[in-house]
Amino acid sequence: MDDVKTTELVIFVALFLLVTVMGFVASRWRRARSLEHLDEWGLGGRNFGGWITWFLIGGDLYTAYTFVAVPALVFAAGAVGFFAVPYTIIVYPIVFLAAARLWSVSHRHGYVTPADFVRGRHGSGTLALAIAVTGIVATMPYIALQLVGIEAVLKAMGITGEWPIIIAFAILAAYTYQSGLRAPALIAFVKDALIYLVVLAAIIYIPYKLGGWGEIFGAADEKFQGSENPGDGILLSDAALLGYSTLAFGSALALFIYPHSVTALLAARSRDVIKRNMAFLPAYTLILGLLALLGYMAIAAGVTPIESGGTPDNNTVVPLLYDAMFADWFAGVAFGAIAIGALVPAAIMSIAAANLWTRNVYKEYLKTDATPEEEARMSKLASLVVKAGAVAVILVLDPQFSIDLQLIGGVIILQTLPAIVLGLYTRWYHSIGLLVGWAAGLGVGLWMLYVTDNPLTGKEHFAGALFKWSKLGIDSDSTIYTGLVALGVNLLVATVISAVLRAVGVPAGRDTTVETDYHVEAGDPGVGPMVADTAITERAAADREPVGTRE
Amino acid sequence: MADSRFREPVELTQAAKRHVRFSPWNLLLLVPLLAVLFPGFYNSDDPRLFEIPFFYWYQLAAIALGVACTYVVYRMTRGDR
Repeated sequence: MDDVKTTELVIFVALFLLVTVMGFVASRWRRARSLEHLDEWGLGGRNFGGWITWFLIGGDLYTAYTFVAVPALVFAAGAVGFFAVPYTIIVYPIVFLAAARLWSVSHRHGYVTPADFVRGRHGSGTLALAIAVTGIVATMPYIALQLVGIEAVLKAMGITGEWPIIIAFAILAAYTYQSGLRAPALIAFVKDALIYLVVLAAIIYIPYKLGGWGEIFGAADEKFQGSENPGDGILLSDAALLGYSTLAFGSALALFIYPHSVTALLAARSRDVIKRNMAFLPAYTLILGLLALLGYMAIAAGVTPIESGGTPDNNTVVPLLYDAMFADWFAGVAFGAIAIGALVPAAIMSIAAANLWTRNVYKEYLKTDATPEEEARMSKLASLVVKAGAVAVILVLDPQFSIDLQLIGGVIILQTLPAIVLGLYTRWYHSIGLLVGWAAGLGVGLWMLYVTDNPLTGKEHFAGALFKWSKLGIDSDSTIYTGLVALGVNLLVATVISAVLRAVGVPAGRDTTVETDYHVEAGDPGVGPMVADTAITERAAADREPVGTRE
Repeated sequence: MADSRFREPVELTQAAKRHVRFSPWNLLLLVPLLAVLFPGFYNSDDPRLFEIPFFYWYQLAAIALGVACTYVVYRMTRGDR
C-alpha cells in the first residue's frame, strides 16, 4: 500500500475544498446582525427549521468514527457490532418527550448548555460545574476520534504522516471560529447527501458483485466458526444477550445528554421541529444498519486490514472495501464522505465544549460580569484550544488511548443523566444528593472499566464497556453494560441522600424555573430569539435582586 | 416548588394551557423499546429474507416500526404541550 491513489485523492481533495468554502461562506448564511453572541455563534441563531435540524442532528450524531468503527466491529466480532441499530432505534422514542421540555425551558431562560439548565433548575453552581466538566471530558476524546476516521481514509489512499491531519483540522478550526454552528449546519447537507449516496450504492452493488447475501453471510459464518473467540459469530451467544440489550439501552440514554447533542437540539426553532425530527431521524439508523453489514461484505470480499504497528487496523476495512469494489473516482467520493463526516461532528463538539467552558466555568467563576460579546469571543477561542488539544492527543498519544477515553466518556456522561433528565421532570432531588450520586456513579463506572480485561488481545484494563459478572465472583459468562450499572448506583445514592437531606430539612438551591417554562412553544410570550439578549444578564440580575426584572 | 418571587412566570395563553397534558398516545413510544430490547426473541437465523438471517432483517424492519410509532405519536399529540 505504498502508492498514492491519484484519482481518489483528487476527488477527495476537491470535496474537501468544496466544504471548506462552504464553511467560510456559512457565516453569511441566514445572516444575523452580529455573530458576537453565543445564541448566534454557538447556536446558529436558535432558529433552524425542520430540514436543517434533521441534517444537523444526523450529521452530529452519526459520526465518521461510527461509520468506520461499527462495520469494523462487525467485521471483527459479528452480531454484537449490530447493537448500534437497536441503540439508534430506541433513542428517539426515549428522548421524544424530554427533549421538548429541555428545548422549552432553555429557550425561556436563554440556556446554551445542559449545565446552564442544571444551574437554573437546581440552583447549584457546583453541580453545574460537575456537569460541565463531565461534558468536556467526555467530548474531548470524541473529537479526537473523528481524526481516527480521517486517518483510516488517508491510509486507504496510501497517505501517511501527520501533516494532512493537522492541515485538515486547522482549516476546520478556522471556519468554525468564523462561522460557529452555521458552518457544520451547512456542511451537513453535503455530508449526509454523500453518505446516503455511497452507502446505498454499496448496499445494492456489492452483494450483486459478491454473489448475493447468502454468500456474504456464509463467508462471515465460516470466518467466525474458525476463530478462537467464543463471543463472535453471525448470531449472539446466549452469554452476550444481556450485554447487547443493556449496551443498546444505556447508549441510547447517553446519546442526547452529550453536550453536542444538546447544542443541535437547542438550535432548533421550535418544540414542534424537535418532535417531528424524532420521527424522521431513524432514516440515519437505516444507513448505519446497512453500513454495519459492510463489515460482512469486507469478509466475503477477502479484505485484509492495513497493519499499523504490527496489529491489523480494522478501521481500514470499509475504506479498503470501497477501494476494492468501486471505480477509483467513486471510492474517492466515499472517502470524501467519511472525511467530511468527521468534520461536522468535530465542529459541533468543539462548539459545545467551548460553550460549556465559557458559560459554566469562565462566566460562572472567572468573569461573572462577562458581556455577551465577551462570552462569544471566549467561546471562539476555546473552540480553537479544544481542536488543538484533540490533534495533540491523537498525534502525541497512542490512538488507542482516545478509544479508551471515548469508552470512558460514554460511561461518565451517563452520570449526568439524573441532574439533567430527572431535573426536567422533578425538583424532588437535592443538588447535594445529585452531586454525591454523580461522584458515586463515576467511581463505580471507572472501577468497572478498569478491571475489564480481554484475554484474547492481552489487554488488562479498559478493554471494553461490557462488564463481566465473573469479576464480582458470580459464576456466569454473561456481561452487562458498565454505564447502566454505574447509573443505577448513581440513582440509588442520589435518591437516598436526597431523601435524608429533605427529611433533615437542608435547604435546596433556588429553582429559577417554573412549571410552565417546560411547556412553552416558540411564539409564546417571553420565548424566542429576542428573549436571549435579556436572558444572558438575567442570571446575574436574579442573583442580586430577588425580584423578576424582565419586561 | 416554583418560586415565583425570583422569576416572572410566563403566562401561557388559555388555549395553550388546555394542551398541557399527558396524552395516552405517548405510550406508543414504548413499542419500539419492547420490540428490540429483548434480543433473545430475535436471535435466530431462520426465517431468512433475501438470504439475510432473521436477526438482521428483523432489526432493520424495527426501524420502520420505530418511525411509525414515533410519527403517530407526533401527529396525535401535535399542539399538546
